[in-house]
Parts: sequence; structure tokens; C-alpha cells
Amino acid sequence: MFYREVGDFKTSYAADQAIFPIRQDRWFMAILLVVAFVVVPFGVNDYWANAILVPFLVYSLAVIGLNILTGYCGQVSLGTGGFMAVGAYATYKLTTAFPELNFVVVLLMSGFITAGVGVLFGLPSLRIKGFYLAVATLAAQFFLIWLFNKVGWFYNYNATGQITMPTRELFGIAVTGAGTSPVVKYLFCLTIVALFAWVAKNLVRGRFGRTWMAIRDMDIAAELIGVRPLFAKLSAFAVSSFYVGLAGALHFSVWFGAIEVTEAYSINVSFLVLFMVIIGGLGSILGSFLGAAFLVLMPILLKNFMTEGLGMLAVTAKHTEILLMGVLIIFFLIVEPHGFARLWQIAKEKLRLWPFPY
Amino acid sequence: MKPPDEPMVGQGESLLAVDNVSLAFGGVKAINDISFDIRRGEIRAIIGPNGAGKTSMLNVINGFYHPQEGQITFKGRTRSKMKPYEAASQGIARTFQNVALFRGMTTLDNIMSGRTLKMRSHFFFHLFHAGPARSEELENRQFVEHIIDFLEIEHIRKTPVGRLPYGLQKRVELGRALAMEPELLLLDEPMAGMNLEEKEDMSRFVIDVNQQFGTTIALIEHDMGVVMDLSDRVVVLDYGKKIADDVPDIVQKDQDVIDAYLGVPHD
Repeated sequence: MFYREVGDFKTSYAADQAIFPIRQDRWFMAILLVVAFVVVPFGVNDYWANAILVPFLVYSLAVIGLNILTGYCGQVSLGTGGFMAVGAYATYKLTTAFPELNFVVVLLMSGFITAGVGVLFGLPSLRIKGFYLAVATLAAQFFLIWLFNKVGWFYNYNATGQITMPTRELFGIAVTGAGTSPVVKYLFCLTIVALFAWVAKNLVRGRFGRTWMAIRDMDIAAELIGVRPLFAKLSAFAVSSFYVGLAGALHFSVWFGAIEVTEAYSINVSFLVLFMVIIGGLGSILGSFLGAAFLVLMPILLKNFMTEGLGMLAVTAKHTEILLMGVLIIFFLIVEPHGFARLWQIAKEKLRLWPFPY
Repeated sequence: MKPPDEPMVGQGESLLAVDNVSLAFGGVKAINDISFDIRRGEIRAIIGPNGAGKTSMLNVINGFYHPQEGQITFKGRTRSKMKPYEAASQGIARTFQNVALFRGMTTLDNIMSGRTLKMRSHFFFHLFHAGPARSEELENRQFVEHIIDFLEIEHIRKTPVGRLPYGLQKRVELGRALAMEPELLLLDEPMAGMNLEEKEDMSRFVIDVNQQFGTTIALIEHDMGVVMDLSDRVVVLDYGKKIADDVPDIVQKDQDVIDAYLGVPHD
């Protein structure tokens, strides 16, 4: 009734192939972007930026990356944390070696470096599949973290072994470092995430996306229509790692500012991002955002509710929160194994008839 | 796409020739010294009892299996080892005995994926869905829509193929193969598990493909009525050997063929 495509005629294939072919979706998206870019910045304080919005955006980017690899191309990876570390360390090395280099260029180059590393660790995927590939990427995770911990060159031989992001400016405004305003942090991340989410959508709806999905769904038939498995898999690894590397770069430079590699990019991060992909919905860009939102926001909501609403001790609340998150994930996977993206799909189909389903 | 020095194969001349091909898995000889040819423009049936080596033969033709002996000549060029995607780029398309569609993708995307080899635009343009990437997408969409019209599957254009009934899945798979604009189309039991009406529809599509597009077709099928009506020539395999190769009327009366299908009494 209220959500419908009736009367929304498309007269060209271009209109039919748009990202949002239904007019209501386009309006919704436009309003969402206006709210995100214009309205939200007025309400952003330090807590909102550092605990909620920036984490959500950074994780969204990483989830889109892993979703391209796992959701679209069907290659399971547990190396996300390691690849994020590559992005972070690439940013650190580049920006300390070339302080004059534009920060956006540094970020993009970090992405490309991670893409290269990703392709290297993606090579086993040509021979092994499924769980075995997951174990191979696990090797990447442990090797990369060990490497960054062990080789002093990566952290410029400082005493602590931490890396700290110096202040970098864009158009005369600091985007990284201690003095950065929360609004700038938020807007900077939002711009990058919005742009790259759009790019990811472009990729997956075109020839490359179809090639990846063909490999995921039926690799034998894919070869038969002329897909080269080598190219398809490695391009998925490259694009995916680019996104994950970029997320790692933002994670280190904008969000945290200083990082200790074994803590920040442990195997837990790999699992967290994989859970976000699964809960959001494999093979969906929208799902990537929903999954990231769920796993970033839900713990905060639970904790706030328990400490402020129920008056629990912070420690008890933290433990209960971990417990509850586990229960929620299991519950959710039983109710809807295809994730939030599928729920959204069902909701849309229901909304076409609602409130008069008969 | 095609190399300029490629020899032309005219109508009625041999498009594909299989010469003395043998294929063994360990000690099992799946194909034993088989030779036959497929002429441009014909519908060529490959029949035989279960386990006769029909599907193995198709797998040899499109490069999944590499025969130990013998050679295959396609469009006048003899080849030894070949990858499936190379066969695809030379113009060999194929459908499978058990539907091998991309289940998570829509009908439209499945058939669009058959156009992969026709698309050349650079990755860079795909990032922004602009320029050549966009126009290429639209041109190919146009072509795909013709196939969708031809196969009468307009109503399931946007449905994920995993949700479609079996008969329609078979049709979408044919559509994906047609989207490649193949010169040789290999159909592995296109009518298996269909009811009479669906078989009639599918037969009509096979004949239309052959006559309207001029596509050469190699067909594996168990329904003898279909085979005898559709095909121009029939090759019969049994236990990996060729036992007959002629027009349907003669093959039907061949004593070896009747024995292979009905069995011979052992004294």
C-alpha cells in the first residue's frame, strides 16, 4: 500500500538497471544522505563520534570488503584483522616517510598495498576451497601480526612498539591526530564510506560482480561461460583487501590515532567482521551496513541499558553484555539465517500489501 | 575476438571432428577410440544407454577432460589440451544434465553472465558504472532481452533462479548458453525429467535455435521420440564404443543399437 512500485514505469533499460529503480527508495536514500551529512553533524559530540559513528563507519567499510570476497565471490577469509593491520601500517609508514603527501593519497595507497598483499594470500584459493581456504587465510592473520610486531622497521624502531598517527590536514583542517574535532572525524569517514559503498555497488551490479557470483554459485559452469577462475578469484581478493585495508587505515589514523598491533588487529577482529557479514547478509551491500550497525550499536545499547537502566556495576554489565550478544547472534541466525538484508527484503514484500494483505 | 587467420567452415562442412579419442579413468575406459564429426548447421544427437560415455564425450569436447589419445578439430584447428574457458571463447556453449545455474542470481543476471566474453570494458569504468562499462551493460541487456523474449521467460526476469521450478531452470540454462552466441551448442539431456508439454516446448526451442540462429547443436537425450524427430544424424555409443552413426531412420533399425538398448540374451 504505502511502499509500492506500481505506477513507477521504466521506459529504458538504464532506468531499470539503476541502483534504486523504485522512486520511493531513491527518496529514502536522498533523505538518509541529507540527514547523515547535514543534520547529524550538529549533534555529534566526542562520545558519539568515537564510540558509535566512526566505529560503525569503519567497520561498515571492512564488512563491505569482506562481503565482496565471502558474500559475492564465496571465498571464506579469516585474515581480515591482518589485512586491516596492513592498511594501518601502510598508512603509518607512508605518512611518516612522506609527511607532505596528501592524506587522501596516503589512504588510497594503503588500500592498494593491502590489495597487493591480499592477492598474495589469495593465491591458495586457486587450489583450495571452503574451510581449508579459511585456514590458509588464518595463516595470513597470524603471519602479518607477527611480522608487524617483530620487524622494527614497521613501527620506526620506537621503544613502545606502538604506532602513533601524527596530525594530518586536508584543506587546512586537521583530520587526524589528537586535536581533531569529532565532527571532522565523522564527516571524513562518512564521505569515504559513502563513496566506496557506491563504488562497491557499481562493481557488484556489473560484469565483475556477476563473474564473482558465478564463481561462488557454480565454478564449473562459470568456467564454461568464459570466466577465468584465476582472474575472478584474485580480483575479488584484490578489491576486498583494498576495502579492508582502507578500513584498517581509517581505524588507525582517524578513529584510534595510536595502536598496538596485537590488541587492535587480533583474530577477534577477523571474527567480528565475519559475524557482521553473516548477520548483515552475505552478498548484500545494504546488509554490510546493517550487520556493522547491529554489532557496533547493540553492545552499547545493552551496556547503557544495564548500567543506567538497571543500575548494574560496569563490570557485571560488560560480562552480561558479552553473554547476551552471544545469545542474540544465535537467536538471530536461527530465525533468519540469511541475515538482515533478507529481513529487509521480506519486509519490503510485506509492505507492498500492508495494511490490507487480502 | 576471433583470430583473423581462422579458417572459415561453411554450411554442411565439418565444424567439429573427433578422431580416435580415448579417455580412461584409471583402469576404466570411458571412451574407447571414438571418431565422429558434427557438420555446421545440423542437429547431431548422441545417444546410448546409461554409462555409455555420452557426457564424458561432451566433457572432452569442451575441455573438462583431456583425452589420453586422439584429437579434436574445431573450426579446422586441431587442439590438444584446452581449458573450458578457452573452449567457451572459441564458441562452444553447453548446458548440463543436472542444472548448473548460478542459484543466487536472478534469471536476468544468469543470462547476462553468458555475455561475459562479449564484454571488454576496463575495470576502471566499472568503478563508477560510467562510460563504456555503462553502455556495454545496456547493449548486452538489449541482447539478453531478445533471448528472454525468445524463450518466453519474461515473467521470471527478476526472480532468483533457485526459486524457479525445474522446467524453467532448464530454459534459463539454455538462455545462458544462447547468450554466448555459440557456434556449437552442447545440450546434455535438455529434456530429462520433463513432462510431455515441457518437452514439446523445449523441442520447439531447440529447433528454433537451430533454424533461426543457425546454431549447430549436439544433443544428448534419452527420449527416442525426441531424438528421432529432432536430429539430422545420430551417433550411438555403448560401453565407450561407437556402435552406429547415421540418419535416424537407419539407426533405428540397426541390430547393434536394438541389442544395446534391449539387451541380448546370453546363451
